[in-house]
Amino acid sequence: MANLIALTPCHALLPVTIGRISVTEITPAQLMSIAPFAGKQKAVTAQLKVQVGIGLPAANRCVSKDNVTVWWFGHGVWLVNADVALNGLAAVTDQTDAWAVIAIAGGGIEDVLARLVPIDLRASHFGVGSTARTMLGHMNVAITRKDARAFEIMVMRSMAGTLVHDLEAATRGVAAR
Amino acid sequence: MRIECPNCGERDRREFTYQGDALALRRPAVDAGEQAWDDYLHNRDNPAGETKDLWFHEAGCGAWLVVERNTVTHTVQGAVLAEKVKR
Repeated sequence: MANLIALTPCHALLPVTIGRISVTEITPAQLMSIAPFAGKQKAVTAQLKVQVGIGLPAANRCVSKDNVTVWWFGHGVWLVNADVALNGLAAVTDQTDAWAVIAIAGGGIEDVLARLVPIDLRASHFGVGSTARTMLGHMNVAITRKDARAFEIMVMRSMAGTLVHDLEAATRGVAAR
Repeated sequence: MRIECPNCGERDRREFTYQGDALALRRPAVDAGEQAWDDYLHNRDNPAGETKDLWFHEAGCGAWLVVERNTVTHTVQGAVLAEKVKR
Protein backbone atom coordinates (compact mmCIF):
# COMPACT_ATOMS: atom_id res chain seq x y z
CA MET A 1 0.00 0.00 0.00
CA ALA A 2 1.10 3.55 -0.68
CA ASN A 3 2.87 5.19 2.19
CA LEU A 4 0.64 8.24 2.77
CA ILE A 5 1.90 11.34 4.51
CA ALA A 6 -0.51 12.89 7.01
CA LEU A 7 -0.77 16.67 6.59
CA THR A 8 -2.60 18.97 8.97
CA PRO A 9 -5.24 21.36 7.50
CA CYS A 10 -2.93 24.38 7.82
CA HIS A 11 0.22 22.56 6.74
CA ALA A 12 2.70 25.02 5.17
CA LEU A 13 0.33 27.93 6.02
CA LEU A 14 1.02 28.41 9.71
CA PRO A 15 2.50 29.61 12.04
CA VAL A 16 2.46 33.26 11.01
CA THR A 17 3.34 36.35 13.04
CA ILE A 18 2.52 39.81 11.75
CA GLY A 19 3.06 42.81 13.98
CA ARG A 20 1.67 41.98 17.40
CA ILE A 21 -0.58 39.15 16.18
CA SER A 22 0.42 35.51 15.95
CA VAL A 23 -1.59 32.75 14.28
CA THR A 24 -0.86 29.10 15.06
CA GLU A 25 -2.55 25.84 14.21
CA ILE A 26 -4.19 23.62 16.82
CA THR A 27 -4.54 19.95 15.94
CA PRO A 28 -7.02 18.24 18.26
CA ALA A 29 -6.33 14.51 18.43
CA GLN A 30 -10.08 13.91 18.41
CA LEU A 31 -13.09 16.02 17.54
CA MET A 32 -16.60 14.55 17.82
CA SER A 33 -19.91 16.28 17.22
CA ILE A 34 -22.74 15.42 19.60
CA ALA A 35 -26.36 15.94 18.54
CA PRO A 36 -28.62 14.74 21.40
CA PHE A 37 -31.79 12.94 20.34
CA ALA A 38 -35.08 14.66 21.19
CA GLY A 39 -35.48 14.97 24.96
CA LYS A 40 -32.11 13.37 25.71
CA GLN A 41 -30.05 16.48 26.41
CA LYS A 42 -30.04 16.04 30.19
CA ALA A 43 -29.15 12.37 29.87
CA VAL A 44 -26.28 13.28 27.52
CA THR A 45 -24.97 15.84 30.02
CA ALA A 46 -25.12 13.23 32.80
CA GLN A 47 -23.25 10.68 30.66
CA LEU A 48 -20.64 13.22 29.56
CA LYS A 49 -19.97 14.18 33.18
CA VAL A 50 -19.21 10.53 33.88
CA GLN A 51 -17.07 10.06 30.75
CA VAL A 52 -15.16 13.34 30.40
CA GLY A 53 -15.99 15.29 33.56
CA ILE A 54 -18.06 18.08 31.98
CA GLY A 55 -21.55 18.33 30.50
CA LEU A 56 -23.06 20.26 27.60
CA PRO A 57 -22.64 24.03 27.99
CA ALA A 58 -25.44 26.51 27.26
CA ALA A 59 -25.79 28.04 23.79
CA ASN A 60 -22.89 30.34 22.86
CA ARG A 61 -20.68 28.90 25.60
CA CYS A 62 -17.64 26.67 25.73
CA VAL A 63 -16.34 24.81 28.80
CA SER A 64 -13.01 23.16 29.51
CA LYS A 65 -11.71 20.87 32.23
CA ASP A 66 -8.23 19.36 32.23
CA ASN A 67 -7.61 18.62 28.55
CA VAL A 68 -11.25 18.22 27.55
CA THR A 69 -13.28 21.01 25.93
CA VAL A 70 -16.95 20.98 24.97
CA TRP A 71 -18.08 23.68 22.53
CA TRP A 72 -21.65 24.65 21.72
CA PHE A 73 -21.56 24.25 17.96
CA GLY A 74 -24.97 25.27 16.67
CA HIS A 75 -28.63 24.47 17.15
CA GLY A 76 -28.72 21.14 19.03
CA VAL A 77 -25.07 20.35 18.30
CA TRP A 78 -21.97 20.33 20.50
CA LEU A 79 -18.36 19.46 19.80
CA VAL A 80 -16.02 17.61 22.15
CA ASN A 81 -12.29 16.93 21.75
CA ALA A 82 -12.49 13.43 23.24
CA ASP A 83 -13.93 10.07 22.31
CA VAL A 84 -17.37 9.57 23.83
CA ALA A 85 -19.89 6.72 23.72
CA LEU A 86 -23.50 7.93 23.79
CA ASN A 87 -25.39 5.04 22.22
CA GLY A 88 -29.12 5.67 22.21
CA LEU A 89 -28.71 9.21 23.55
CA ALA A 90 -27.15 11.22 20.75
CA ALA A 91 -25.83 11.11 17.21
CA VAL A 92 -22.06 11.20 17.60
CA THR A 93 -20.03 11.89 14.46
CA ASP A 94 -16.28 11.89 14.09
CA GLN A 95 -15.19 15.35 12.91
CA THR A 96 -11.46 14.85 13.47
CA ASP A 97 -9.55 16.38 10.55
CA ALA A 98 -12.78 17.86 9.15
CA TRP A 99 -12.11 21.24 10.74
CA ALA A 100 -9.12 23.50 10.62
CA VAL A 101 -8.58 24.92 14.11
CA ILE A 102 -6.37 27.95 14.65
CA ALA A 103 -5.35 30.09 17.61
CA ILE A 104 -4.97 33.80 17.00
CA ALA A 105 -3.53 35.98 19.73
CA GLY A 106 -1.93 39.32 20.42
CA GLY A 107 -2.57 42.91 21.37
CA GLY A 108 -5.35 44.60 19.39
CA ILE A 109 -6.77 41.25 18.29
CA GLU A 110 -10.34 42.59 18.34
CA ASP A 111 -9.39 45.24 15.75
CA VAL A 112 -8.21 42.52 13.38
CA LEU A 113 -11.29 40.35 13.79
CA ALA A 114 -13.61 43.36 13.56
CA ARG A 115 -12.54 43.68 9.92
CA LEU A 116 -13.84 40.20 9.14
CA VAL A 117 -16.50 39.16 11.65
CA PRO A 118 -19.94 40.82 11.75
CA ILE A 119 -20.51 40.35 15.50
CA ASP A 120 -19.15 42.31 18.47
CA LEU A 121 -16.17 40.34 19.82
CA ARG A 122 -15.01 42.90 22.39
CA ALA A 123 -14.52 41.46 25.89
CA SER A 124 -17.45 43.46 27.25
CA HIS A 125 -19.81 41.54 24.92
CA PHE A 126 -17.86 38.36 24.28
CA GLY A 127 -15.97 37.25 27.38
CA VAL A 128 -13.74 34.26 28.02
CA GLY A 129 -15.65 31.05 27.33
CA SER A 130 -17.98 32.69 24.83
CA THR A 131 -18.34 30.92 21.52
CA ALA A 132 -20.31 31.92 18.42
CA ARG A 133 -21.25 30.43 15.08
CA THR A 134 -20.95 33.30 12.66
CA MET A 135 -19.08 34.43 9.57
CA LEU A 136 -15.49 35.41 8.90
CA GLY A 137 -15.36 37.02 5.51
CA HIS A 138 -17.59 34.76 3.45
CA MET A 139 -16.98 31.62 5.51
CA ASN A 140 -19.03 29.97 8.23
CA VAL A 141 -16.88 29.70 11.33
CA ALA A 142 -16.97 28.97 15.04
CA ILE A 143 -15.17 31.57 17.14
CA THR A 144 -14.28 31.11 20.81
CA ARG A 145 -12.56 33.53 23.18
CA LYS A 146 -9.76 31.80 25.08
CA ASP A 147 -8.49 34.76 27.10
CA ALA A 148 -8.22 38.55 27.04
CA ARG A 149 -6.04 38.55 23.91
CA ALA A 150 -6.61 35.16 22.31
CA PHE A 151 -9.30 33.56 20.15
CA GLU A 152 -9.76 30.15 18.61
CA ILE A 153 -11.33 29.90 15.16
CA MET A 154 -12.67 26.78 13.45
CA VAL A 155 -13.44 26.56 9.79
CA MET A 156 -14.16 23.65 7.46
CA ARG A 157 -10.87 22.11 6.46
CA SER A 158 -11.21 22.92 2.76
CA MET A 159 -11.28 26.63 3.65
CA ALA A 160 -8.09 26.67 5.73
CA GLY A 161 -6.16 28.51 3.01
CA THR A 162 -8.78 31.23 2.70
CA LEU A 163 -8.99 31.61 6.47
CA VAL A 164 -5.24 32.17 6.80
CA HIS A 165 -5.23 34.52 3.78
CA ASP A 166 -8.10 36.63 5.15
CA LEU A 167 -6.53 36.81 8.62
CA GLU A 168 -3.17 37.80 7.15
CA ALA A 169 -4.71 40.57 5.06
CA ALA A 170 -6.68 41.94 8.03
CA THR A 171 -3.66 41.73 10.33
CA ARG A 172 -1.45 43.57 7.82
CA GLY A 173 -4.13 46.21 7.42
CA VAL A 174 -4.33 46.83 11.15
CA ALA A 175 -0.53 46.72 11.59
CA ALA A 176 -0.09 49.35 8.84
CA ARG A 177 -2.27 51.90 10.58
CA MET B 1 -31.81 44.33 8.36
CA ARG B 2 -31.15 42.49 11.62
CA ILE B 3 -32.85 39.33 12.86
CA GLU B 4 -32.93 38.26 16.52
CA CYS B 5 -32.03 34.56 16.49
CA PRO B 6 -33.38 32.77 19.61
CA ASN B 7 -30.04 30.96 19.91
CA CYS B 8 -27.47 33.54 18.83
CA GLY B 9 -29.06 36.93 19.51
CA GLU B 10 -29.27 39.78 17.03
CA ARG B 11 -27.46 39.00 13.79
CA ASP B 12 -26.97 40.56 10.40
CA ARG B 13 -29.21 39.52 7.50
CA ARG B 14 -26.23 38.09 5.58
CA GLU B 15 -26.11 35.13 7.98
CA PHE B 16 -29.64 34.05 7.01
CA THR B 17 -31.20 32.38 3.99
CA TYR B 18 -34.83 33.07 3.08
CA GLN B 19 -37.12 30.14 2.37
CA GLY B 20 -40.72 31.39 2.08
CA ASP B 21 -44.06 31.65 3.83
CA ALA B 22 -44.22 29.85 7.18
CA LEU B 23 -47.41 28.28 5.83
CA ALA B 24 -45.05 25.48 4.83
CA LEU B 25 -45.12 24.33 8.49
CA ARG B 26 -48.89 23.69 8.36
CA ARG B 27 -48.95 20.52 6.29
CA PRO B 28 -52.48 19.32 5.49
CA ALA B 29 -53.62 15.79 6.30
CA VAL B 30 -52.96 13.16 3.65
CA ASP B 31 -56.69 12.95 2.84
CA ALA B 32 -57.34 16.71 3.02
CA GLY B 33 -58.18 16.85 -0.65
CA GLU B 34 -56.81 18.44 -3.80
CA GLN B 35 -57.68 22.04 -2.95
CA ALA B 36 -55.92 21.96 0.45
CA TRP B 37 -52.81 20.39 -1.07
CA ASP B 38 -52.81 22.79 -4.00
CA ASP B 39 -52.94 25.73 -1.56
CA TYR B 40 -50.22 24.22 0.62
CA LEU B 41 -47.84 23.53 -2.23
CA HIS B 42 -48.42 26.36 -4.69
CA ASN B 43 -50.69 29.17 -3.61
CA ARG B 44 -49.25 32.01 -1.56
CA ASP B 45 -50.61 35.37 -0.48
CA ASN B 46 -48.56 38.44 -1.26
CA PRO B 47 -49.48 40.65 1.70
CA ALA B 48 -48.52 44.26 2.18
CA GLY B 49 -47.88 44.24 5.92
CA GLU B 50 -47.28 41.54 8.48
CA THR B 51 -45.76 38.31 7.25
CA LYS B 52 -44.41 35.16 8.85
CA ASP B 53 -41.61 33.60 6.89
CA LEU B 54 -39.18 30.72 7.26
CA TRP B 55 -35.55 31.73 7.47
CA PHE B 56 -32.52 29.46 7.86
CA HIS B 57 -29.69 30.67 10.07
CA GLU B 58 -27.23 29.16 7.67
CA ALA B 59 -24.07 31.03 8.62
CA GLY B 60 -24.89 30.76 12.31
CA CYS B 61 -26.43 28.09 14.50
CA GLY B 62 -28.17 26.27 11.64
CA ALA B 63 -31.67 26.62 13.12
CA TRP B 64 -34.86 27.19 11.10
CA LEU B 65 -36.71 30.26 12.29
CA VAL B 66 -40.13 31.75 11.77
CA VAL B 67 -39.49 35.47 11.40
CA GLU B 68 -42.29 38.00 11.78
CA ARG B 69 -41.73 41.12 9.77
CA ASN B 70 -43.62 43.90 8.05
CA THR B 71 -43.16 44.23 4.30
CA VAL B 72 -44.38 47.84 4.35
CA THR B 73 -42.25 49.28 7.16
CA HIS B 74 -39.46 46.67 6.93
CA THR B 75 -39.48 46.22 10.71
CA VAL B 76 -38.62 42.79 12.05
CA GLN B 77 -40.88 42.06 15.01
CA GLY B 78 -39.17 38.89 16.17
CA ALA B 79 -38.25 35.31 15.48
CA VAL B 80 -39.01 31.95 17.05
CA LEU B 81 -37.55 28.51 16.42
CA ALA B 82 -39.59 26.72 13.75
CA GLU B 83 -39.55 23.56 15.89
CA LYS B 84 -41.34 25.45 18.70
CA VAL B 85 -44.16 26.66 16.44
CA LYS B 86 -47.45 24.93 17.18
CA ARG B 87 -48.66 22.86 14.25
